[in-house]
Amino acid sequence: MNARIFYENSETSQEFRCAERPLLAVRGLTKRYGERIGCAEVSFNLWPGEVLGIVGESGSGKSTLLSCLAGHLAPDEGEVVFATAEGPRDTVTMSEAERRRLARTDWAFVHQNPRDGLRMGVSAGGNVGERLMAVGARNYGAIRGRALDWLERVEIAADRIDDRPRAFSGGMQQRLQIARNLVTGPRLVFMDEPTGGLDVSVQARLLDLLRGLVREMGLSVIIVTHDLAVVRLLADRLMVMKGGRVVEQGLTDQVLDDPRHAYTQLLVSSVLQV
Amino acid sequence: MSDYNFAYLDEQTKRMIRRAILKGVAIPGYQVPFASREMPMPYGWGTGGVQVTAACLTPDDVLKVIDQGADDTTNAVSIRRFFQKTAGVEVTEATAEATIIQTRHRIPETPLTEGQILVYQVPIPEPLRFLEPRETETRRMHELEEYGLMHVKLYEDIARHGTIATSYDYPVRVEGRYVMDPSPIPKFDNPKLSGNPALQLFGAGREQRIYALPPYTQVVSLDFEDHPFVASKAEHDCDLCGASDSYLDEVITDDQGNRMFVCSDTDYCRTRRAAGLVGRLGGEAA
Amino acid sequence: MYVAVKGGERAIDNAHAWLAEVRRGDRDVPELTVAQIREQMTLAVNRVMAEGSLYDPDLAALAIKQARGDLIEAIFLVRAYRTTLPRLGSSAPVETGAMAVTRRISATFKDLPGGQILGPTFDYTHRLIDFALAAEGADAAEPAMPAVDKVEEVPHVMEFLNKDGLIQSELQEGAQVPDLTREPMELPASRPLRLQALARSDEGFLLSLAYSTQRGYGRTHAFVGELRIGTVAVEMEVPELGFPVEIGEIELTECETVNQFTGSKTEPAQFTRGYGLVLGQSERKAISMSLVDRALRWRELGEDFSGAPAQDEEFVLMHADNIQATGFLEHIKLPHYVDFQAELELIRKLRRETEPSDLAAEEQP
Repeated sequence: MNARIFYENSETSQEFRCAERPLLAVRGLTKRYGERIGCAEVSFNLWPGEVLGIVGESGSGKSTLLSCLAGHLAPDEGEVVFATAEGPRDTVTMSEAERRRLARTDWAFVHQNPRDGLRMGVSAGGNVGERLMAVGARNYGAIRGRALDWLERVEIAADRIDDRPRAFSGGMQQRLQIARNLVTGPRLVFMDEPTGGLDVSVQARLLDLLRGLVREMGLSVIIVTHDLAVVRLLADRLMVMKGGRVVEQGLTDQVLDDPRHAYTQLLVSSVLQV
Repeated sequence: MSDYNFAYLDEQTKRMIRRAILKGVAIPGYQVPFASREMPMPYGWGTGGVQVTAACLTPDDVLKVIDQGADDTTNAVSIRRFFQKTAGVEVTEATAEATIIQTRHRIPETPLTEGQILVYQVPIPEPLRFLEPRETETRRMHELEEYGLMHVKLYEDIARHGTIATSYDYPVRVEGRYVMDPSPIPKFDNPKLSGNPALQLFGAGREQRIYALPPYTQVVSLDFEDHPFVASKAEHDCDLCGASDSYLDEVITDDQGNRMFVCSDTDYCRTRRAAGLVGRLGGEAA
Repeated sequence: MYVAVKGGERAIDNAHAWLAEVRRGDRDVPELTVAQIREQMTLAVNRVMAEGSLYDPDLAALAIKQARGDLIEAIFLVRAYRTTLPRLGSSAPVETGAMAVTRRISATFKDLPGGQILGPTFDYTHRLIDFALAAEGADAAEPAMPAVDKVEEVPHVMEFLNKDGLIQSELQEGAQVPDLTREPMELPASRPLRLQALARSDEGFLLSLAYSTQRGYGRTHAFVGELRIGTVAVEMEVPELGFPVEIGEIELTECETVNQFTGSKTEPAQFTRGYGLVLGQSERKAISMSLVDRALRWRELGEDFSGAPAQDEEFVLMHADNIQATGFLEHIKLPHYVDFQAELELIRKLRRETEPSDLAAEEQP
């Protein structure tokens, strides 16, 4: 799928948002660890082209929620309905084979630690090409061309294409992971603290890059972070979690500038002091 | 050897193996687990092939055993003797006369025909093994048809060497479904896997797997459109029989670096020479 | 002039004849009898029975003789024979609590019902070569065998801890125990299947793995709760009779370890166990087995996988069998010239493409 076409599609879908189905409709999602609650009764819609931020401190359930949404964890209750090409489907009840197929076609997942999302023993080009090959690309020259194009987009020099990620800095590894995920034009991207392990200066560059890609490709993204600066920059809408529950949600600016819930107020004030 | 059953294995075990073979035939390229028995020869020396052969043999069969294409290599001799002793079946070196051919590392040059069975000895049946060492994970990858990684390996080869650097044990896809390890045959033999009129059975004893290609199964060697699979061999003709279409062994003939090339398939070479065909050095050879 | 290699049959016959000759050795030295091996090389016989998974001292002794003392080769002979035997049925589980012990020690209690019995152990021998053994016929005088008090009951040490709830109870799985020799290994394996595989696995491999856990690769901090060696009765249920009948006695070595405890705020702390059971007298292996068994139980006991080899079920089970290992290892000495030829062609092609001019000349035969 070509990025330009994708961009145009998402433009139209934004215009007709009200008439369309949401890309992802989550209802009553609950995950327990024995007695303890991972996340409870989470419901929301994600519309095409929208970036949803999920914030909260560690232990708030945001990572559990993301794992349930992406199919890495099986929730105890609730549904996660994704608008597949064949119509809306509950990904919780689908077979694992179907879910894994989604994960390598329509979905993408950017891990906090690039080592979890990259093949460290495979060249940068091979890393970017894997998803293309997984969905049937069989022309070496074309795969390599796409890989080169994507390395450029994430600001990795073309002459590093045959190097393994081991030889890359943390920031480069993370950019490579992003390229590897976006190369097939996924319709929904999950991100788990994508700037988490990086130095502040490297974070800024990565955020800038991400913002560019999100705008240019009209990506639909669910991003989990404890860093309010990240959502301020990237997210259209925000969900604040505490103790496994959503305590507040709304447009990003609204939530951050005029927090209603005491916990959100605390989160926001603690950041503003920095 | 009268203490042992026909073809060594007891009937119960043979039935178990036949069930695994039938399942393999029903799902071409799928690795069927089977309770491999300890055989009186070491694991890794053809115990899988021997068990498959034992399960297929009937007293009327004519057996041929080759290793590296030759009937007279020591391990081929040893396995042939085993079946002569335990099953008393007729043996042959002529490919066309055999009803069952057990092989290690080669497919005979003489085209096989309907009704013949070719049994391969397989050391590592899992084509994904060296990309993913865990059996639990590779079985899942097959189940979900997650074969992207296989092409990543080929991609890496081309990126590093400019070409796919796999010369034997070259992975194939069966009827567009399972990726399969053809056993360590040279890639020269890969095209013979596809559309073959014979039944092809693969036995891996130590790894406890059987798989199969029923007659006329479509088998495609993995490649890229712009780096297509090429079935290569040494760029020579056989020095004994002059064949230009057979896989060749390279033989060093002196300490001056002189060498000659001869057919790896000894039966094919002998048949050609018997028909009067002569290669570069064939006149001098015994 | 070149003649294609022929004569495989003759070469094999000659090799076999030569092997028979060196097996016999110098004919001025009397031939070993199977009975001598069985009686005087008992620990070798035990190892062959354990890893051959067939309790037959005479057969094991014969295999050792035939294998020129190569124990893995002897194990292989026993295994290949075993696989042809008819399977008449399964015995009832042996009652190791009712074992007639020749050795029984506990490292966790100084004294206990049934007492500590050292038995025939190397433990406190000084490892000095005893040249007196080199003198033939020196064993005419029978060493005085101390009288042993007949011990009636030797209860399992672990039962004392179990009664107090101090050690985790073993689950009574009750279900059919899988048979490794009749069904392909399926992973993840159940504990009964794991134990079965460990019981016949290579002693050296288990020893090294167990040692690695002691050095910190998957540490479980083990005490030998009890090690016992002795004979137990083997009983079989005969359907026509409706009650179990004793069909013989076998010698076993059993080891139970007491390991680091688990527990949480809600569940009281408890020790955990590792278990080893081996045919014959083979305490090094029984102890190793219980350490490796315990290390493999990390998931069931809610521990972390630290990446240690001894914790990795697939790694341990797929590499523990010395007959599989030695066969595959040694198969690389079989001819591979077809594959090697393919590699030769490839490497020449790759080199031609990098340095076309120099190598083209060198290529000419």
